[in-house]
Amino acid sequence: MSAYRPPPLLTLVHACAGLFAAGSLAVTLYDGLEERRVALAFGVLVTVGELTRRNGARVREPAPLGAAAALSYALLGEAGGRATHHGPAQVVAVVLAASLLGSVPHVARGQGPTLDHVARRVLTVGFVAVCFQPPYNRGMFDDWGGPAYALLLLALLSLTALCDAVLAAALAHTRTGWPFGPVLRDELRAVCGIGSAVIATGAVMALAVAVVGLWALPVFSVPLLLAQMSFRRYAAVRATYRQTIASLARATEVAGYTPAGHARRVAAVSKAVGRDLGLTEPELAVLEYAALMHDIGQLSLVDPVPAGATAALPAAEQRRIALLGGAVVRQTGVDEAVAVMVERQADPYAEQPLAARIVRAVNAYEEKSREGGPGGPLKALEELRLATAGTYAPEVVESLARVLARSSLTLPVAG
Amino acid sequence: MEAVPARARVYIACVVTAALLCLLPQPGTHTTWWAVVLLAGLYAGCERVARSRFVGISHPAGTFYPVLLAGAFLLPAPAAALVAVPGALLSQVGQRPVALRRVWRAAQLVLGVWAAARTHRLLGGPEAVAAGDVPYALGPAGAAVLAFCLVLALLDGGILAVAERVPVRRAWRGLVARSLAPIAVHGLAGLMMAVLWRSPYGPVAALLVLLPMCVSWWAFAQYHREHAAHQATIRALVQAVDIKDGYTRGHSERVGQASMMIARELGMADERVEVLRFAGILHDVGKLGVPTRLLRKDGPLTPEERRVIELHPEYGHEMVRGIGFLGEARAAVLHHHERLDGSGYPYGLVGRQIPESARVVAVADAFDAMTSTRSYSRARPVAVALAELERCAGSQFDPVMVAALVDAVGRTGWHPAVTADDDETRPPRVPPPGAHLSGRPGAHR
Repeated sequence: MSAYRPPPLLTLVHACAGLFAAGSLAVTLYDGLEERRVALAFGVLVTVGELTRRNGARVREPAPLGAAAALSYALLGEAGGRATHHGPAQVVAVVLAASLLGSVPHVARGQGPTLDHVARRVLTVGFVAVCFQPPYNRGMFDDWGGPAYALLLLALLSLTALCDAVLAAALAHTRTGWPFGPVLRDELRAVCGIGSAVIATGAVMALAVAVVGLWALPVFSVPLLLAQMSFRRYAAVRATYRQTIASLARATEVAGYTPAGHARRVAAVSKAVGRDLGLTEPELAVLEYAALMHDIGQLSLVDPVPAGATAALPAAEQRRIALLGGAVVRQTGVDEAVAVMVERQADPYAEQPLAARIVRAVNAYEEKSREGGPGGPLKALEELRLATAGTYAPEVVESLARVLARSSLTLPVAG
Repeated sequence: MEAVPARARVYIACVVTAALLCLLPQPGTHTTWWAVVLLAGLYAGCERVARSRFVGISHPAGTFYPVLLAGAFLLPAPAAALVAVPGALLSQVGQRPVALRRVWRAAQLVLGVWAAARTHRLLGGPEAVAAGDVPYALGPAGAAVLAFCLVLALLDGGILAVAERVPVRRAWRGLVARSLAPIAVHGLAGLMMAVLWRSPYGPVAALLVLLPMCVSWWAFAQYHREHAAHQATIRALVQAVDIKDGYTRGHSERVGQASMMIARELGMADERVEVLRFAGILHDVGKLGVPTRLLRKDGPLTPEERRVIELHPEYGHEMVRGIGFLGEARAAVLHHHERLDGSGYPYGLVGRQIPESARVVAVADAFDAMTSTRSYSRARPVAVALAELERCAGSQFDPVMVAALVDAVGRTGWHPAVTADDDETRPPRVPPPGAHLSGRPGAHR
């Protein structure tokens, strides 16, 4: 892996976060901690939040409680009616120490937070603290009324969340090469979901600690913990559902109608193409399911198509199998949209929705490149390009070419 | 509630009268009307959003109580009760009679909130809330939540007993226990709203409390939707096998039920019982991979064809091995045709080598094969089938499992949930000459 060099943006972000964290730690060690009890209470809450983090690649906000507690510490102006005096350096130092402490068990299990997450946490919390603490400690907000002050906190947190979404999208963009726009859209969508709960809880905790003191912390983390639990269960059942669909898709392979791994490969490439063409997360989910189940109609055939190669069949026969597949999918109770995509995969592309176009082109590519031997992938792409007149959508084929050129999604060469 | 009985109408009329009495303003109390209007609007809005298509069909956790409870902690009892009225009267009701249900809902909430507010006031809650004295404020708030919960349960149980003639004891059983935990969490959120409302930061800060509640509510509804979809998919998968096979319909479901009975009888934990139900339901899923021609073949199978059919446990395992939540059910799918004496397939495992889940499913499978009508054999009575199982216990089946099934059936009987038994509508088929094979339990294909 000596040839791999991280993109400059990644290095820049990590270096900034590292410098900021080191500076904060140094300042805090030199000056000592202000209001130790408050710092300890927030530190404990961040640690607990990190301990209950969700692990997994598809999770956008793995530790909502930790994030909310960190943000509210950055926004804390008084505790139980008495003003606090901690500065941004102390906020970052406490949050960083507590986050690292809370992730020790996860690291031990080999599922620690990624460097990106830690860097984002340091930068967002630092941003909020730098924006809020120095003006507050200088008394700039003293003549603001209560409601206006609450709105100020909310606005500051919303701004931070937007910046954080842009940063996360930029990081994902440089890491994966997915187009920036759709990635940013998905990040912003997540801000509306669990992100809004984190923002609201962060603001509310800072206000509540100001009114009732540290007692507010355990009480006010209950709704967020509940939200976290609901999301976790939701994620778990979604994962189970995906597994079931993938297994259902393997039925054609087990029955010998299609070669092993065909559905899985078509789904993986389709998803990459869909991402490249800017589909949203929900559309990508429909696309993935449709790609997994695109051959399921063959189960209704009495005799298998040779090697499962439907792309070489006459158009009418392809369409018949597609309709049979749609009927099977409809029975399974999966989202109606998936059945429509499966049904329409053999239509001429001008009449197809985008997801069906993608499934059709990727399926043909997969079959052709498998038959083609060593030079298969290139020849298959060439054939697809030649056939774009009526069968395969040109923009999908071009996107497929981009995706294949970018990643190592080329098919394993048989024999 | 198609035609509402007269008794139920009288009961509802009594409750509504009581609710109206609760709404009468108390002399000498000061009510901040803008707060009532704001909270009532908020509650109606939450109720609307919660029932809209954005969230899902109907929410399993009931209504959105934090706003109501915040009202009970902030306002005098009649004003707090008034907060519930517009939201309840405007709420969407799925079943008829719509107007009556709305009125009932409003009256029920008015009484509940009134009781909560009275309790809270009697215990000195409002002062604690105004002072932001949180550990102390938890006490009166907890009592108020309990009162709210009790009143709702009492009224709900009453309407069940009066309108649907459910015995009183059964109507009330579990009502409080089931609703207390969610309402307690809503109460906590309501208390936070009330404390922040009274603080210098005012209602703006109080509204922020609702946001995480709404998000968690949404995720919970999504969870239920996805869960239902998942169940439907598994069911469809199984139906596909049943149809393809040409067995009597519902075989898989019944094997699932019998496996569950055995697992319960053996005193297994609830999660394991559930996994074994799935094991029974999915045991023949590999038949999707066997050519339909062979499964439906009338007449004797050649040894080669038999070998192909005997591949179905391995096919099935290949299909389900990627589904994490099935756990040991996957082993059951692979090994449900093993026999204790080692003459089964696919691996010819002996005795304890066979996973426990597979031994359970093997017994359940053979039992249902004997007690249901097949294309090539009539159904046998349950007693005969059990005797046959006992005869083969030790050589083919695990005696422990057989004894468990015998005990379970002996106690509760065998009432398979019939999903689709349109067997009569199908043309009767000639029993194949190889029908004598089915004389051996479990020797069905």
